Amino acid sequence: MAFLEIEHLSKHFGRHTVVHDFNMQLQAGELVTLLGPSGCGKTTVLRMIAGFETPSGGSLRVGDQDMTRTPPQQRGIGMVFQSYALFPNMNAEQNIAFGLKMQKLAPAQIARRVADVVRLVELGGKEKHYPQQLSGGQRQRVALARALVVEPRMLLLDEPLSALDARIRRSLRDQIREIQRRLGLTTVFVTHDQEEALTLSDRIFVMNQGRVEQEGTPETLYTQPESEFVARFMGNYNLLDPRQSAALLGLEIVGHLAIRPEAIHVQQGAGALNGIIRQRQLLGNIVRYQVESAGVTLTVDRLNRNAGDLLPHGSPVCLLIDRADMREVR
Amino acid sequence: MKSAPSSLGAWLAMLFGGVYFLLPLLATLIFSLKMRREGYSFAAYQVVLNDVNFRQSFGYSTLVGLLTIVLGIVLVVPTAYWVRLKLPRWRPLIEFITLLPLVIPAIVIVFGYLRLYGSNAWLPLTGNARGTDLLLVCGYVTLALPYLYRAVDSGLGAMDVRSLTEAAQSLGAGWRSILWHVVFPNLRSAMLSGAFLTFAIVIGEFTVASLLARPAFGPYLQLIGANRAYEPAALAMIAFAITWAAMGLLQVVTRNHRALAPPSADSD
Repeated sequence: MAFLEIEHLSKHFGRHTVVHDFNMQLQAGELVTLLGPSGCGKTTVLRMIAGFETPSGGSLRVGDQDMTRTPPQQRGIGMVFQSYALFPNMNAEQNIAFGLKMQKLAPAQIARRVADVVRLVELGGKEKHYPQQLSGGQRQRVALARALVVEPRMLLLDEPLSALDARIRRSLRDQIREIQRRLGLTTVFVTHDQEEALTLSDRIFVMNQGRVEQEGTPETLYTQPESEFVARFMGNYNLLDPRQSAALLGLEIVGHLAIRPEAIHVQQGAGALNGIIRQRQLLGNIVRYQVESAGVTLTVDRLNRNAGDLLPHGSPVCLLIDRADMREVR
Repeated sequence: MKSAPSSLGAWLAMLFGGVYFLLPLLATLIFSLKMRREGYSFAAYQVVLNDVNFRQSFGYSTLVGLLTIVLGIVLVVPTAYWVRLKLPRWRPLIEFITLLPLVIPAIVIVFGYLRLYGSNAWLPLTGNARGTDLLLVCGYVTLALPYLYRAVDSGLGAMDVRSLTEAAQSLGAGWRSILWHVVFPNLRSAMLSGAFLTFAIVIGEFTVASLLARPAFGPYLQLIGANRAYEPAALAMIAFAITWAAMGLLQVVTRNHRALAPPSADSD
């Protein structure tokens, strides 16, 4: 039996439908990510799970309990917000203890649990600091500790890393995953960042215009996109329409042909499929080329091994693409 | 060197403003000190401060002011909070309603009260002193509404009401706990601003208190002004001092509140 079961969930705001027939089954201890561009309905789904929005239709069960219309304070679901939502009038320790005070626990018990969770999120020494005295990463760790200390049955994270700079985002991302695994906490993570989704998740639901476009493991979604939207969103796929596909590869297709940039091999010289380097971008360990061939511009990624390997702008090259790496999408 | 004319203009404007505001005040101060012919003295102040009616009316207005502040905050804070949280589309309408006391004269409110709660009404509040006191407090809450609502609403605007509420809810807090532990403490400065403005309004108010025949400070000021020469000037200075003290307190409280929030750390 699934831990969280969502069936035919929908949400309308006036005439505007923001979530259409959303279905999800989440196993205990699983981390699932809702991924999509802004306005795709992912946060609305999360808010319905939290109880902040009432669904227009469908049902939501946690375990054997119907939670569709249960008020948020009775759900036992922890939430971490993009804006941290720390109480400005309380220091870190008081923020973390807030939920335990609402449960009317004894002060000694509160102190012990707060100390435990402070250690877990590595916030030692910052307990007496007010939110305004903490950096973004520290604030988000206080928010995480505050959500964890009440031992929620489930954790919801609404773009918790979006407001942080890249270095802190990466370290906090790893910390969240590590804590989630250690506690075996069932978690729903919302993000628009595909890298975040790929590194964190057990499963990903890619959403577009209120609907789930595709659902699967990070590996499946990255290598086997089923639609043009997923292909574009999950990576820098080359998407060829039927005309381009015929011109470049001589293939007759109905939808689009998706080819990952790293699946195209490029080398100097001539071959069956020839092109010219039109642009070169150095992305650290990757070199990204724009190669023009038969009137089609392809993005090609190559490992940046050494400076001698770099292909110069305007140089003629030949392209090699394995048929298995070409994927027809709708 | 372009800034010289504009800087001169600013100084001239400040000088004009200073003279415009301070000259009458200075004249009143000097006049209030000239009760004795032999020279300057605080005789007018002594007369006023020794007057039992001054102490009684001032004490009464202070008490009514405090009750007005409490009732105003109890009414306005949850309303403004709820409008921000759940009914944001109603904000223009609510703002318009709270502005009405600025365009409807106090005398209209009092006559409305007298008709609705007069001795022949179904609820004859004006029939006894406590009932009339209640009407006076309600009238003052109405008069203070534009200032109190704006102060509280701008305070709410400065905090992320929705996220803080949802965070508290997800931690198991009910509405009462959210208001008490989250909203009120974070609105302290805004509520104090509104409270001092309310107090300033109540202390000097004449129309409602006079027509409801309550022994407030406003009617006392008018009575003294109509019958004495130097004492009204002394009273005016005392009233100014009280208002300035209130404003000074507001500054102190706001500064102390800000001092709790030093600049954020820049590293993890």
